[in-house]
Amino acid sequence: MTLARISLHYLWRRKLSTALNVSLLAFGVAAVTLLLLTSTQLEERVYRDARGIDLVVGAKGSQTQIVLASIYALDLPTGYVKWSEAQQIAQQKSVGTAIPITLFDNYSGFRVVGTTHDYVTQYDARVAEGRLWHEPMEAVLGADVAARFRPRIGSTFVPDHGLLAGGTGPHNDHPYQIVGILARTGTVIDQLVLTDLPSQWIIHPEPQRSESALVAEPPADDGRTISALLVRYASATSATALTRFVNSFPDLQAASPAFETARLFGVVAVGMELMRGFALVLMLSAALSIFIALYHGLNERRYDLAVMRTLGATRENIMALLLFEGIMLASFGAALGLLLGHLLTSVLGFALRQAQQISVTGWTWYSGELWVVGLALLVGVATALVPAWRAHEVDIAGTLARG
Amino acid sequence: MFLIRDLRHAYNGSDALQIRNWQAEQGEHWLVLGPSGSGKTTLLHILGGILKPSYGEVLVAGQPLMRLKPRALDRFRGRHVGIVLQRLHLVDSLTVEDNIILAQFFSRLPPDPYRAREVLADLGLEDKADAYPHELSFGQAQRVAVARAVVNRPTLLLADEPTSNLDDAHAMQTLDLLESQANACRATLLIATHDQRIKSRFRRQYALGSP
Repeated sequence: MTLARISLHYLWRRKLSTALNVSLLAFGVAAVTLLLLTSTQLEERVYRDARGIDLVVGAKGSQTQIVLASIYALDLPTGYVKWSEAQQIAQQKSVGTAIPITLFDNYSGFRVVGTTHDYVTQYDARVAEGRLWHEPMEAVLGADVAARFRPRIGSTFVPDHGLLAGGTGPHNDHPYQIVGILARTGTVIDQLVLTDLPSQWIIHPEPQRSESALVAEPPADDGRTISALLVRYASATSATALTRFVNSFPDLQAASPAFETARLFGVVAVGMELMRGFALVLMLSAALSIFIALYHGLNERRYDLAVMRTLGATRENIMALLLFEGIMLASFGAALGLLLGHLLTSVLGFALRQAQQISVTGWTWYSGELWVVGLALLVGVATALVPAWRAHEVDIAGTLARG
Repeated sequence: MFLIRDLRHAYNGSDALQIRNWQAEQGEHWLVLGPSGSGKTTLLHILGGILKPSYGEVLVAGQPLMRLKPRALDRFRGRHVGIVLQRLHLVDSLTVEDNIILAQFFSRLPPDPYRAREVLADLGLEDKADAYPHELSFGQAQRVAVARAVVNRPTLLLADEPTSNLDDAHAMQTLDLLESQANACRATLLIATHDQRIKSRFRRQYALGSP
């Protein structure tokens, strides 16, 4: 026999009320956990995708759009960058590495990116099967793309022009041969088909026209264009000079991933805060419900508690009993809520993967969850405090005499 | 044993209970008689250390109760006093056996499951050990309440109106039970009652007058 056991028996005896309070708290905890897991993973993902990229050079247009299109594969590119101009920028002393990318085609909705091996290195991607491309018209698939089509190495596919599935028609004359598959990295590269730049220029010999129609594209000198240049600085001190140099080209625009993502998070944060507020209201209502249950329960248990006192229980024992009940309700609620939160997150992750969106998993753990558990336990203790104090002050003789 | 000297207890300014001098030896069986409102329950509560009298001295097993600090008094009550309350008051969320073990637990004596079983067996309740109080008849519940009061082998066993609401046969059975259990642990037994039927059974009686 322990105080905890006595509390547990009492909670078990009042299953309905216990279940109600535990589930209320569990829903609150689950909502907070879900938010925490998804927002943390999103942030991590956004950070990982842009890691090591200090500046993106794209065609004149929205800086946000340049970053979204060139790094996150989320938006359409603002236009085209002349290969000659890109090379001019890449040769600047302040540029450490410059990775050119083209975003012209797609394969069933997955973007085909013409680039160099540097792009693979940028995301620390390992070849899981086959090899990287060496010749034009060879392609390497990201892990998600490979998982979707399960192709054999050596098989071929025909890309569609444009970035949306179907696009503006297939490039029937130019099939790609799949020469390799990359291991999963948890970055944007998982959802891309990679090839070299010359292949892209073979398929698209004419100067590309802007799809966004934001820019009237002048004919390129030698017809070769790319979509963007991902730049890492040689040293951080040269940042402003390079930005100024890029922006001095009439058709080019420099965009900072760090700045743009911070701006986007600022917008998203409002929604997150709203959801968090909602989750906290849930937890608060759980707290209120537990308080009412304990407080109300106290009245009907007055005699039980007085009897325990006649058996030798101290005031502190009785107080501990009530606190235990609050803590136990809170622990059950927290445990169930954590489980539910992780479960919901993995369901969400599954749905997002189906939709080819950013991958989210429920089977991971963040230290922030300890705070959620702490908060739930605090709710348990805080709500039990007043009933516990009243139980502490129960007048045994008076209670028994009235009985 | 217990000893009461110059005891006075007042409710709302008027004396509800007044006892000049009363001593009971270890193992004696006493009846406290008096009409309702004469302070029988109050006296039991004072002897049980759950009510502090306005004035006077009370010794139980040689220990002056008023000198004990609250926590020590709780512990003393758990170890030395067994109380059978008028309305029994078993803890509804615990089984019969757990109700008995509850008394052992709160007395902070070393746990003794053998003793709990023994008391239940003594009172013919072995097969009810896992039952919940609401599944018991009144008679069974009363036996559980007695078992709970004697499980720690108290020095002083107090019973508040144990025979009210009982027919003659059951009233006598209940008294048999209390007396035999008190004898088994050599406890001083004190029964508060206004039941005239049982007067003849006890040689030692203390009458509380109307205040």
